[in-house]
Amino acid sequence: MTGRQVAVVGAGPAGLAAARAALGAGAEVTLIDAARQLGGQYHRTPPEEYAASRPEALQHGWPAFAKLRRELLGHPRCAWWPETSVWALERRDPGQQGPPRVHLLRGPADGSHRVRQILEPDALVLACGAHDRVLPFPGWELPGVFTAGAAQTLAKGERLMVGEQVVVAGSGPFLLPVAASLVEAGSRVLAVLEANPAAVLARGWSRKPWQLAAQLGKAGELIDFTGQLVRGRVPFRTGRTVIEARGAGRVEEVVTARLRPDWSVVRGSERTLAVDAVCVSHGFSPQLELPVAAGCALRGTPGAQFVQTDARQRTTADGVWAAGEITGIAGAPAARAEGAVAGWYAGGGSPAARALPALRRSRDQGRDFAARLARAHPIGAAWPGWLGPRTLVCRCEETDYATLCRAVQEQPGAAARTAKLATRAGLGPCQARVCGPTVTELAARLRGAAPDAVPADGLPAAGPHHRPFAQPIRLGELARPPEPPDAAPEHHGA
Amino acid sequence: MTARLIPAACDATGRREQPLRITVNGEPLDGIAGQSIAGVLLAAGRPSWRTGPSGAQRGLFCGIGACFDCLVTINGDRDVRACLRRAHDGDTVHTQRRDGAHHSGDQDASTVPRDSDSPDGSVL
Amino acid sequence: MCGTRAVVVGAGIVGAACARELALAGFAVTVVDRGGAASATTAHGEGNILLSDKGPGPELELAKLSRQLWPQVLAEIADRSASGAESVRAVEWEPKGGIVVATTAGGARALARFAAGQRAAGVRAEHLDAGQLAAIEPLLTRDHQAAVYYPDDAQVQPAAAATALLADALTFRCELRTGCDVLGAVTRGGRLIGLRTSTGLLEAELFVNAAGPWAGEVAARLGAPIDVRPRRGDVLVTTPLPPTVFHKVYDADYVGAVSSDDGGLQTSAVVESTRAGSVLLGSSRRRVGFDDRLRPEVLAAVATKALRLFPVLATASVMRAYGGFRPYVPDHLPVVGADPRLAGLWHAGGHEGAGIGLSLGTAQLLRALVLGRPAPIDTAPFQADRPAVLGQTSTQEDS
Repeated sequence: MTGRQVAVVGAGPAGLAAARAALGAGAEVTLIDAARQLGGQYHRTPPEEYAASRPEALQHGWPAFAKLRRELLGHPRCAWWPETSVWALERRDPGQQGPPRVHLLRGPADGSHRVRQILEPDALVLACGAHDRVLPFPGWELPGVFTAGAAQTLAKGERLMVGEQVVVAGSGPFLLPVAASLVEAGSRVLAVLEANPAAVLARGWSRKPWQLAAQLGKAGELIDFTGQLVRGRVPFRTGRTVIEARGAGRVEEVVTARLRPDWSVVRGSERTLAVDAVCVSHGFSPQLELPVAAGCALRGTPGAQFVQTDARQRTTADGVWAAGEITGIAGAPAARAEGAVAGWYAGGGSPAARALPALRRSRDQGRDFAARLARAHPIGAAWPGWLGPRTLVCRCEETDYATLCRAVQEQPGAAARTAKLATRAGLGPCQARVCGPTVTELAARLRGAAPDAVPADGLPAAGPHHRPFAQPIRLGELARPPEPPDAAPEHHGA
Repeated sequence: MTARLIPAACDATGRREQPLRITVNGEPLDGIAGQSIAGVLLAAGRPSWRTGPSGAQRGLFCGIGACFDCLVTINGDRDVRACLRRAHDGDTVHTQRRDGAHHSGDQDASTVPRDSDSPDGSVL
Repeated sequence: MCGTRAVVVGAGIVGAACARELALAGFAVTVVDRGGAASATTAHGEGNILLSDKGPGPELELAKLSRQLWPQVLAEIADRSASGAESVRAVEWEPKGGIVVATTAGGARALARFAAGQRAAGVRAEHLDAGQLAAIEPLLTRDHQAAVYYPDDAQVQPAAAATALLADALTFRCELRTGCDVLGAVTRGGRLIGLRTSTGLLEAELFVNAAGPWAGEVAARLGAPIDVRPRRGDVLVTTPLPPTVFHKVYDADYVGAVSSDDGGLQTSAVVESTRAGSVLLGSSRRRVGFDDRLRPEVLAAVATKALRLFPVLATASVMRAYGGFRPYVPDHLPVVGADPRLAGLWHAGGHEGAGIGLSLGTAQLLRALVLGRPAPIDTAPFQADRPAVLGQTSTQEDS
């Protein structure tokens, strides 16, 4: 036993693997997730109240997951904290070693009487995952337009079908299992539209996208029947996408159009389809507010950033490790391997451990996969061509494209923050989680080669992931003193 | 025409149903235990419940707590993400405008009392 | 002054206001900022234009001058052009008035004395009884001892205000260079004649140091150090709410905190709404250098005090916080004037948390001093040659 206290944030494949490895190294583990159940988005299962007799019916790799879940829940050194959100990370004083203090709220989502607690672990593993990235298009704010992830979460997690007549559009192998989820739930999927043309896909992949999907962990769960189901019943088209959603108060039809390889719209190729739901995903945005708050350096380009890690999954912040989709969108197998490496080192495990080389190989394969994924499913540079002046770029504040253009072009020397204050894009309740990467990208293009301002001392360069409050907290909760770490949350609700 | 629950009888996961009832703006709505508030609303044929700054209808978008489009007031607490909050029997839900004020319906759950002295005369 | 060149270092609110005055006076102005315009301290504050927090003295005189200038200047900009009018709309000028509330008997007595002094100095400060207070702030706690209403307190969206001032300056002979870091001085015969910057040499006849909390560093790089220090302030922002807070409401503790020499944490409640519906909750003041870390216990203290004034906010969600660095001189007075050691260098800053409000008056004083004309108020208290500015005082904070 190393006796090290390890906090793992996120109970998806990466976090679960990290928890197991840290336990294996001899550490005491606190596994934290905002959800009520282990598994994350990947192992999304129906709620306990459904008393499902065959929960494995929708799960890829159920036996392994069930075994891991039993192992963690029964482990004497593992504390599982469900319905727990990290609202802030507090970095230590200059000169002090160790990870940030972890400020938690425990209780029902967005409740008002959650228990405030603080953990001071010896090591922190961040495995926060990702959410769908959706590029704006006219009408994307209409009810009935869902992210692909939402449709799948509702189908698997609640057994809810989002619509009778559905179009799935965007880019990436994730579209197929989403379509399969919809078909399984009873929807008629009119088409799956992959924006990239077949030639681009083929450069990154083989010609059979459902085989690729099998490798992408995020999608893998439904793969056993995705192939037959989708091939049999659902038209899969490449080089076409949804460029507009229309309807009075909710989506009633979508306009699809053929795209060139750069995603410019081929005029005259528009078609209209009657739908009651449309599910869209153009890739994934890693949830980076906690790594940024912890002081972890990022890599990549603005709008497509990930946490920078070394071969041991260590970030640049002392005592903080990262695993899974926040380090790159590479699927569940890579996330598991990264999680295991991160958990092992965070738990104080020996670098000479026998399992490590195999884990590293698995992780490297995953990263190779991520690189292929990025090549096969790029976001075409000409996508803003389908935006109209009134198209919302920020859903919360209803900032339209014309307003953004005006603010960026007319403001003298406007820094990103000033433009944000002027347009309000990103200032609403989602705090730029949805529009941040898009607004950053659009503003950079409108500005031309942006002069990279020197950030002043003490003021972080305000990137799209800078959210000092990682989750909302109610003033009454903030004003109450924190409970000791061993206090159990009260149970509320009927 | 719209979203619905997969009937329990043909659900591959073999689920059982315990009914529950919530109220939305004072109107009763039936659901089953385990659903999120958003799930109850969608399954009851309501694709939207919030209104944005312009008054446009909004419903659920991301389903995992990132977009904050689905905010509702639950048992007096405003700005609860309906996609994340589990429904409990007896929950009192009020739909919100963008500013957190409620749409019409009973207003007993609001933390902000109606006050005719407020400058614009329309606190709620 | 036609054609005389001036360089303003800092494109925050004070730099923008000074650039505008100098451009109006006929100077050829270059504004430089190592970041973007209005992106540092200016973009991390509440946009206060207050008389209520200032006791009789030179700072109050500067505040009164500035308060008078704000609507005039905004009207001038709006009248100049359509784009000027649009930039002024974004400023969200709101003369909403402030209310100071004392929650203890001792606080009530102190507030009454303070308000009486202000009235004698020409500030409108009206006592409110419980009924009057409940009528204009219906959701404020009823648990209070005294309240004073200051009808002249106002609020702007600070980054938009700086942007509007700067944009107005740019319609004259003025240019802006962002991403331009000042590295050092070029002098001739003891006179500053140029700045070495990261983007090249900038020559001029006049240089204004308006670098906010970084003014000390800029001055040091030019060989004429001044003692301007950062004090951190944090503000909480709630999600949009139905109308809840109708004025700028704060507790009487605030009056003490502003001029305090205590370097440790001080909090006092300042609660107000923005036009977008969010409630802003301040404020804390900490002397922590340029430390940008979020400190939950500081924010918890801010929340506790704010809830004492507005218990109804207990279920309001905080969606973000922002912290900024406010520049202060150890004697807590702004500095406006010529550097006594280096001819050609002028300083305009050190306003601590009041820079938005005081910017316009400061710029007008600077213009008068530069041109050798009479100033509307006495400028002597703000001179740069006082010991506190030159780092010749040893205050308790330093120990």
